[in-house]
Amino acid sequence: MLQIIAFLLLTVTVFGIATRKFLKLRRNILLGKDIELTQDKGARIKNTLLVAFGQKKMFKRFIPAIFHLFIYVAFLFTTLELIEIIFDGITGHHRSFAAPLGGFYTFLISFVEGLSVLAFIATIIFLARRNLLKLPRFTKEEMKGWPTKDGNIILLLEIVLLMAIFTMNGTDIVLQSRDVAHYPDTGKLLVSSHLGPALFNGLSTSSLIVLERIGWWVHLIVVYGFLLYLPFSKHLHIFLAFPNVYFSKLGERGEMDNMPEIMNEVKSMMGLIEDNPEETMMDELPAFGANDIFDLSWKNVMDAYTCTECGRCTSVCPANETGKKLSPRKIMMDVRDRAEIIGSRIDSAIEEYKIDKTKALDKTNYSDGESLFDHISREELHACTTCNACVEACPVMIDPLNIIMSMRRYEILTESAGPSDWMPMFNSIENNGAVWQLPNPRTEWKDSE
Amino acid sequence: MEELKVPVYADVIASGEVPEYLFWVGCAGSFDARAQKVSRAFAKLLNKAGVSFAILGEEESCTGDPARRAGNEFLFQMSALQNIEILNGYKVQKIVTACPHCFNTLKNEYPALGGKYDVIHHTQLIHTLLETGKIQVEGGSFKGKKISYHDSCYLGRVNGIYEIPRKILATLDAELVEMKRCKSKGLCCGAGGAQMFKEDEPGDKRINTERTEELLRTGAEIVGANCPFCITMLQDGIKAEEKQDELSVFDLSELIVQNLK
Repeated sequence: MLQIIAFLLLTVTVFGIATRKFLKLRRNILLGKDIELTQDKGARIKNTLLVAFGQKKMFKRFIPAIFHLFIYVAFLFTTLELIEIIFDGITGHHRSFAAPLGGFYTFLISFVEGLSVLAFIATIIFLARRNLLKLPRFTKEEMKGWPTKDGNIILLLEIVLLMAIFTMNGTDIVLQSRDVAHYPDTGKLLVSSHLGPALFNGLSTSSLIVLERIGWWVHLIVVYGFLLYLPFSKHLHIFLAFPNVYFSKLGERGEMDNMPEIMNEVKSMMGLIEDNPEETMMDELPAFGANDIFDLSWKNVMDAYTCTECGRCTSVCPANETGKKLSPRKIMMDVRDRAEIIGSRIDSAIEEYKIDKTKALDKTNYSDGESLFDHISREELHACTTCNACVEACPVMIDPLNIIMSMRRYEILTESAGPSDWMPMFNSIENNGAVWQLPNPRTEWKDSE
Repeated sequence: MEELKVPVYADVIASGEVPEYLFWVGCAGSFDARAQKVSRAFAKLLNKAGVSFAILGEEESCTGDPARRAGNEFLFQMSALQNIEILNGYKVQKIVTACPHCFNTLKNEYPALGGKYDVIHHTQLIHTLLETGKIQVEGGSFKGKKISYHDSCYLGRVNGIYEIPRKILATLDAELVEMKRCKSKGLCCGAGGAQMFKEDEPGDKRINTERTEELLRTGAEIVGANCPFCITMLQDGIKAEEKQDELSVFDLSELIVQNLK
């Protein structure tokens, strides 16, 4: 009975806190501008199945993809086991599904155990890759401090979780063999039927009973802890990868978002369309591009929260590879940091962040005198060659380039700033219709030799 | 040498004919001395194959790609809408261009502005002409030579065209030696995103140097390219390494012209 009460209290508290935290996450994503991304559901579902569920883009790097797959599939199937744990927790029964499912239960738990062994190996390899091999993409500048710790904490939690599973199952097998009451027959389990007796045979029945409970509770607590830790960590991709792939760009990769407001302005300037009298009455120049979260799209912000900082983008970025400051991963981390800052300041409800003091503090009534440019330097933005390698590399369809371009647009269109080297090119296109200012006729190539 | 026949669209229309293709020459192909050679090589192939085409000549202007990618949407819209006015005025249907940046912008970005055309890159047309036997090559002079191929970002990664250029190279009887970073993993030459028109940001080395070093490791004598800006960047990289005698850069159209039957 005590266990049931402890279980219920813990579960209600954890889900309560998690719900609050995930609602804030949703709010932060929606700090971004609204865009319509619901057309062509068929293609979106197909992408989600192939890229998110099917891990298609992961397999561009085969070896890490295999190890990642072990952890991913183990995670998916361990949730099945979790259903039983929660059911047992509520009812106070032990292994409620063992009897009704019979042989299928043995198969299921054995399957999870097999996956868990693979996941265990993969986790050890991933830890080694980060801490012993020191893979360059895990040790770049933006990974210093918290991001590196974050990566290790998650991997260590996984190890604890897997150890708890095998303690729980292994002790259970030994208890079953001693015919202790309340331990229903699970059949012969793939791993624990060997590992359990080998590890625990020497222990007394009462120690086993305690150890089994410790395994069960640690399993549960690590899963709950993980749920609460996720919103603070880089590990949100385990949920967000799915919607992020679903809402990712469909059309041609080479097409930059058109800016209809500027197109119409230019059209009316060129006399291609009638002037809209309301539009020409505007008293102040509108802002173009993005200098803060509010001008990015919610998909840009979701991209940032989905990023698991694997660094595939940065490791193929030509600018980064040649020692420039630009790192696409850092762009994503910066956007997330900025969204977090704005989110927590909105939560604080502090007066000074209100533009209009008479109204409530929300995304339409917010200013803290800072912007994304306080996180992302112009040098980084100017180093991008728009080569799309980062976009191609991301296994969960994050588009760092879209953010870089939005910020370039802000710099050029709203601030009239940007690299001065570009001015002659701009002037030449405007006055000469060519990128270079040359007096030669456009057809001279035909005859020159 | 036979004289190149490069008619201007307005003249052809005035004579009552409609060219099948508009050859979009682009700024580099029109003005850059190295890229002009590529324009001539491609025009020569079109002449040889008897393809009906014309250029816009003085009516052509920058597609606006470097302006757009620098962030200057206003200037992009001005260039693009001007070009679309002209293209739509002539009811142009098919466009071929030797510049993957022009190709991408015309193909993928003009439709949203009201310019819808059937746009192909010159490697696609060359491949078709080879397939249909309209042009024929003899591989002899390249036999046994090592040729590498540099994927431009805007033909490769952005538009997914990896195999067609390689099929063209395959007709030359040479040995294709790939760089480690090729196809979807191809390394940029460093010119895209309007980098061509500015100094590099501070760093350890230039991107074209990085690419050239990779290229030299293949041991190739020739590298095939498909973009005027890549050609400039690679040539500069090779020059900086003082390897001009060991490695030369050619557009695929030039390689075909050199080996025409």
